[in-house]
Amino acid sequence: MLRYTLRRFGFLLLTLVLTSIIIFVIAQVLPGDVARVLLGREAPESAVQALRVKLGLNDPLPVQYGRWLFKFVQGDWGESFSQQGRAIRPLVLERLTRSIWLAGITLVISVPLAILLGVLAGLNAGRPIDGVISVSSLALVGLPEFVTGIVLTNVLAYQLGWFPASSLVSPKASFQDTLPSLWLPAITATLVLLAYVIRLTRAGVIEVLKKAYVRTAVLKGLPWRQVITSHVLRNALLPTITVVAISFGWLISGLVVIENVYAYPGLGSLMSFAVARRDLPLMEAIAMMAVVFYTLANLAADLLYAWLNPRIRLE
Amino acid sequence: MPIEKQPVLDIRDVTIAYQIEEAHLDTVRNVSLQIGARQIYGLVGESGSGKSTLALAVMGYLAANGRVTGGQILLDGENLLEKSTAEMRSIWGRRMNLVPQDPGGALNPAIRVGEQIAEIARHHYGLSRKDAWARSIELLRDVRIADPQRVAQRYPHQLSGGMQQRVMIAMALSTEPRVLVLDEPTTALDVTTEATVLDLFNDLIQRHETATLYVTHNLGVVAQICHRVAVMYAGEIVEDADVRTLFCEPLHPYTIGLLRSVPRLRTDGGSDLMTIDGGLPSRSELPTGCIFAARCPFVQDRCRTIRPPYVEALPGHRVSCHRWEEIATGTLRLDALEHESPPQAERPVEPLLHAEVLSKRYPIGTPLLAQIRATITHIPPPAVRAVDEVSLDIHRGETIGLVGESGSGKTTFARCLVGLVDRSSGTVSLLSYFNLAPAVTDRPAEALQHIQMVFQNPDESLNPYQTVGEALRRPLMTLLHYRQDQADERIAALLRSVHLPEEYANRQPDELSGGEKQRVAIARAFATSPDLIVLDEAVSALDVSVQAAILKLLHELKRDTSYLFISHDLAVVAYLADTIAVMYLGQLVETLRTSELLQVPVHPYTEALLSAIPTPDPDAPRDRIRLDGEIPSPSDLPTGCRFHTRCPRKWGPICEQEEPPWVPATDGHLIRCHHPLDHLAIVQAETRKGAE
Repeated sequence: MLRYTLRRFGFLLLTLVLTSIIIFVIAQVLPGDVARVLLGREAPESAVQALRVKLGLNDPLPVQYGRWLFKFVQGDWGESFSQQGRAIRPLVLERLTRSIWLAGITLVISVPLAILLGVLAGLNAGRPIDGVISVSSLALVGLPEFVTGIVLTNVLAYQLGWFPASSLVSPKASFQDTLPSLWLPAITATLVLLAYVIRLTRAGVIEVLKKAYVRTAVLKGLPWRQVITSHVLRNALLPTITVVAISFGWLISGLVVIENVYAYPGLGSLMSFAVARRDLPLMEAIAMMAVVFYTLANLAADLLYAWLNPRIRLE
Repeated sequence: MPIEKQPVLDIRDVTIAYQIEEAHLDTVRNVSLQIGARQIYGLVGESGSGKSTLALAVMGYLAANGRVTGGQILLDGENLLEKSTAEMRSIWGRRMNLVPQDPGGALNPAIRVGEQIAEIARHHYGLSRKDAWARSIELLRDVRIADPQRVAQRYPHQLSGGMQQRVMIAMALSTEPRVLVLDEPTTALDVTTEATVLDLFNDLIQRHETATLYVTHNLGVVAQICHRVAVMYAGEIVEDADVRTLFCEPLHPYTIGLLRSVPRLRTDGGSDLMTIDGGLPSRSELPTGCIFAARCPFVQDRCRTIRPPYVEALPGHRVSCHRWEEIATGTLRLDALEHESPPQAERPVEPLLHAEVLSKRYPIGTPLLAQIRATITHIPPPAVRAVDEVSLDIHRGETIGLVGESGSGKTTFARCLVGLVDRSSGTVSLLSYFNLAPAVTDRPAEALQHIQMVFQNPDESLNPYQTVGEALRRPLMTLLHYRQDQADERIAALLRSVHLPEEYANRQPDELSGGEKQRVAIARAFATSPDLIVLDEAVSALDVSVQAAILKLLHELKRDTSYLFISHDLAVVAYLADTIAVMYLGQLVETLRTSELLQVPVHPYTEALLSAIPTPDPDAPRDRIRLDGEIPSPSDLPTGCRFHTRCPRKWGPICEQEEPPWVPATDGHLIRCHHPLDHLAIVQAETRKGAE
């Protein structure tokens, strides 16, 4: 298992290096001269050149990449072009914290619900309850997030008044203060996730129920509940766990639409802001964070899967 | 052996139906069996005969669309069919247990085997965690697992098939059940492992006084372990007698056919074989007369119209055949059918295929690091030596049988010859192609047409989305560059040669039976008229009667073609092969002519393989040589002679220290053993005499 962990960790580092190169190169090939963008269209050519030298933009690409990566690892993420030279790191980290809160709440709501519904559907495959669960979860995933978002806001915020309609919170707000604003975006994200996880869990349960070892367990005379908990779920939930862990990565940086709908200040909305403003250093930093969380989530999924699956753990 | 009068398990007139798309199909019809304590009742038949359905019905575990529509199943007088699932839960695992065919699939991969045994005692006896665990270790010791503490901690994938099946047996016997249902429990095991597991069953069943229903297609196993046998055909029992009577004086033509389709070793080394042509009748259109009429060699007009009654023909011997009296008196008999003696072909000097010191090593650990270490230290990197310096010549028209347990490296060797596995070193020469490339993709296209292969599982070797015709056309177009019309003609001829109708060219593989698929696979191998065909366990997955037909077909098709026939079953090999090569842990240990197989001396490993063959003869000698333990891992080979850890004929310390040399026993018979051959011959002859 230690060997396996080390190997996975090695792969993680390799992935990070490769994606950092890709991110850096993409940022370079985007049209527009950074110095020109910074100084404005009216600035004289000599000033632009001077800034280019100062920023090291005339150096060969590998040198620029090395310098960027070196600074990035040390925590110097540069300054934002679009926000009058604000340091990027505190900005990104603040947004990241909020994204982690949102992702956490979403998982807390969606995972138990999805697994419960998925297992229920799988154990009753072909019966009406399975039909209701499968069809309704699919119908929900088919709706775009801005539609479900608007409907939820209308019903839960305006008509019932359970949650605030806008999730705009002050940068200094603590988790407790933010919590009320988290529910609506979290429920919206849950509706997107739910169908995938339910389908996967349902398929896993159906698959495992057909296995000969389940027959063995039944023919041991064990109560049905024990057959399900100790023989079926243990094997059936393995694929689900992987998907849940990976979806954590998506929740961190992929909720662009949902964050915009609710005006929630997470990493996703910051990314769309950065792209709209051509703020290269900010984009690079956000992209790197997204990759780091994706790969970490992936690593966690792999390790958890291996730990739960002796066939991998003991290789 | 005293068998109690009151049956423990009483199956009375049971009929089982499956609902398939609106139709009710009776899969098992009016079956009755009584099994007493300590009795092992064999239930034999081809696949599709309904024997496994009956076994599952006895357990009360039919598929959702299956139902017992008539009759009773009594356990100690209680009708199980009237029990609810909740009531069955107190019977399952406690009074009735099942040991299924595939132990690997029947054990939960995520739970330690000790825990899987322990949960039964916890549930049924209310034992504490600690006591239940101690009990599982006790049970594992009972099924003769040497190191039960350690094995209990393991997960199923860490155990060999034989060990897994022992765990299943420990589980099944943990509550001293009244009834044990064994559904092909040794079919997935090696013949040497099968022999030890059968011994174990026999011992435990007598000790625990269990009534046992033993479902199998293997008549050899039945003869070895069962007291009574029922023969099932198309859902009905056609004959039922005690084991000796059934094997020596069978009354039903189907039983006779089954018995004859098992290849048996004869003293001259060949083996006899008979085939039952045709297949099972369709369940939806059962004939009005005798269900076996279409395949019966003794069929008369009345057989086609009148269903023969199931009668007690002789005391304790029931049969359903119109002509049993004629069979009983011997006025009606099957002549010993044709037997081809192994042709002792004159060997041309030049071999067709010549493999020299061929090895296949799989490196252990990171290949790059191992390579660097090896370069620095000049010590070869650690590796699994799957095939270790094997040299073999195959001559034109010759059939070589390659035998050995699983893990012996026989399949890897064959795949190296064909080029499906890249050999690590050594040479392979075929005809004028000296030193063929290791990988088939690097070999010249013209060389490929000369060597072809047939695989074990035709379900996996035929593309399910290609028609039979397309599968056969492929080699013709790519290797022989046939035109469309030439290919069509050749495909028709190929199908005829394997006794399939030409229209089969338009069928998909899933429209064919297992035997038919294997015929197609053989036709495909013959398509390019190759000089050598490698048959890797090509008949092992088939029913005995189908296996017999395929073996006959192979014999018939073979003219100038050479075969390399790989099997774990010596009796099957002996039917086809002129020469037998025995492999153990990646090395050849013996090569001999088939006619010498039952002579002495043979290599001690060959001797053990021979005595592990379950012979379909209840009077066959029982005092067998058993191999202790498992085949060692090829990554950690024993020093000296690789067989010394299990050898019953170990000569002395030299066996642990030095690799044995090849010693000629007779001309062309080579044995790799330290035991002096004249002495080996004497002790082997004594053992054999003692057994008879």
